[in-house]
Amino acid sequence: MAEERINAEQVQHVAGLAKLEFTPEQLATFTPQLEKIIGMFEELSAVDTTGVAVTSRMSDHTNSLREDVAVKSDEKLRQALLDNAPETANGLIKVPAIIDESGDGE
Amino acid sequence: MTYFDQDLTSLHADLVAKKISATELAKATFANMAQVDPQLGAFLNLNEDQALKQAALLDQNGIDANNLFAGIPLAVKDNIVTKDLTTTAASKMLENFVPVYDATVVDKLLASNALIVGKTNMDEFAMGGSTETSAFHVTRNPWDISRVPGGSSGGSAVAVASGQVPVALGSDTGGSIRQPSSFNGIVGMKPTYGRVSRWGLIAFGSSLDQIGPMTRTVKDNAAALNMIAGNDVHDTTSSKREVPDFTAGLTGDIKGMKIGLPKEYMGEGIDPKVRAVIEQAVKQFEDLGATVEEVSLPNSRYGVAAYYIIASSEASSNLQRFDGIRYGFRADDVKNLEDVYVRSRSEGFGDEVKRRIMLGTFSLSAGYYDAYFHKAGQVRTMIINDFNKVFEDYDLIMGPVAPTPAFKLGDEVSDPITMYMNDVLTIPVNLAGLPGMSVPAGFADGMPVGVQLIGKAFDESTLYKAGYAFEQATQVYKQTPEVGGAN
Repeated sequence: MAEERINAEQVQHVAGLAKLEFTPEQLATFTPQLEKIIGMFEELSAVDTTGVAVTSRMSDHTNSLREDVAVKSDEKLRQALLDNAPETANGLIKVPAIIDESGDGE
Repeated sequence: MTYFDQDLTSLHADLVAKKISATELAKATFANMAQVDPQLGAFLNLNEDQALKQAALLDQNGIDANNLFAGIPLAVKDNIVTKDLTTTAASKMLENFVPVYDATVVDKLLASNALIVGKTNMDEFAMGGSTETSAFHVTRNPWDISRVPGGSSGGSAVAVASGQVPVALGSDTGGSIRQPSSFNGIVGMKPTYGRVSRWGLIAFGSSLDQIGPMTRTVKDNAAALNMIAGNDVHDTTSSKREVPDFTAGLTGDIKGMKIGLPKEYMGEGIDPKVRAVIEQAVKQFEDLGATVEEVSLPNSRYGVAAYYIIASSEASSNLQRFDGIRYGFRADDVKNLEDVYVRSRSEGFGDEVKRRIMLGTFSLSAGYYDAYFHKAGQVRTMIINDFNKVFEDYDLIMGPVAPTPAFKLGDEVSDPITMYMNDVLTIPVNLAGLPGMSVPAGFADGMPVGVQLIGKAFDESTLYKAGYAFEQATQVYKQTPEVGGAN
């Protein structure tokens, strides 16, 4: 291979950014796949884009503004929203401790 | 009953004349689905109780003679949210997700008194071209059940092609309406970006996604687009342009129409049998009085690379919301917040979704942004300019939809690059935000092949006009698959 585009270590780094984790077996499959796809991306380096503007959105108008008006919700909607949460307690969404107080540094 | 011998016009006439009640039609539709769908797997979730209730109410109040969709059963892709009806995007992540609001297109369907019979299978989060990345089950092509239906709107395409419903909604980010429409021998429209509200469409690539109709005929498709199109305060990218009557130009007369045939769309990599169908379609358009000339879209060859950078980058951002907190899957035995995020996402997403998130995160990451994301945005501009240049001299562009007919189940799902290359002819249209439509054109090895018609922005009318003339001249749509003992 002339130049390594992405290695297992970099894949781990990107996975960290994306809040994903892979087992060593998964990494062994994913790394060469990503390597191949990124190789395909590199076709673009052959295109002369000097002075070409970037297109990043397609809409034909820029913004729509409206009055900021509070809309009253109801108990039924509140319950429907909570019903979708994996864990609730006292009408609130429950999550594990955010601050780790165990002292083991994890 | 199947919908092979009926279109919206004839169904509506029967309902208005009370030859059949809305309840009878709905019951017959569900009875047929129960017979046909176990073999095909188009649906993930049915809405029978609610649809029958709606039908009963319609029968009580009477069918409005001026409302083509009153009492018409239709199917909705499962990445379009439906209030109180489970919406999964074919992902384990959303297996138990029950939306608290309706997508704008669903609001419009319900306001038209159409009946939603169920939610259709798809590639997970619309990422894929064969419906095989669905977390739940495979969907089979009704023309040959050993073949894929295409994707990602494979379930919607099969629901229509197998005569289970006359209309289904799909979504198209890189070809996900047009390619399955071609593979199943139906009509599929990817409208201009901004023509249809994306409010309530589970976001994949926000600068590319559009919802569109899938039907058996061009006229039904035009009517369905009229129903769902228009500006929406909930989607600032939806256009304020007036929505014309898309059925108005369906005269069959296209004399003098100027059509461009990109040489890049007919070259290497296109199955010769597919090319032969398109060459036959060219002759047909010429016989109808149109002129067809070779044109060039020189940068379209870079479309796949640019698209997979842009779409994956947008997806990696859009899918950040799936964090295991407010809704969706949460992993068991998690000990802190980081764990909730990482383990829920790693266990909740399938491999293809993870690949896209990884590609997007990589393309946007420090040190790579300029070479990938920025560069792809520039190439996108060049692809748009190519189209604009052709449209200075031509009314529309025609070509194949996909390089091959439907392939075998299991053949390509393990090879991402091969799967991505299937989108080479549909992707440029999304990158440029243009309308594109697949219309049944013929067969290759017994499998349907569609012709793709590409129009100027907001000129769906010309596509429908040309598609209708072609369809009426060829009558390819009258050929239907043999399904589930219905024949």
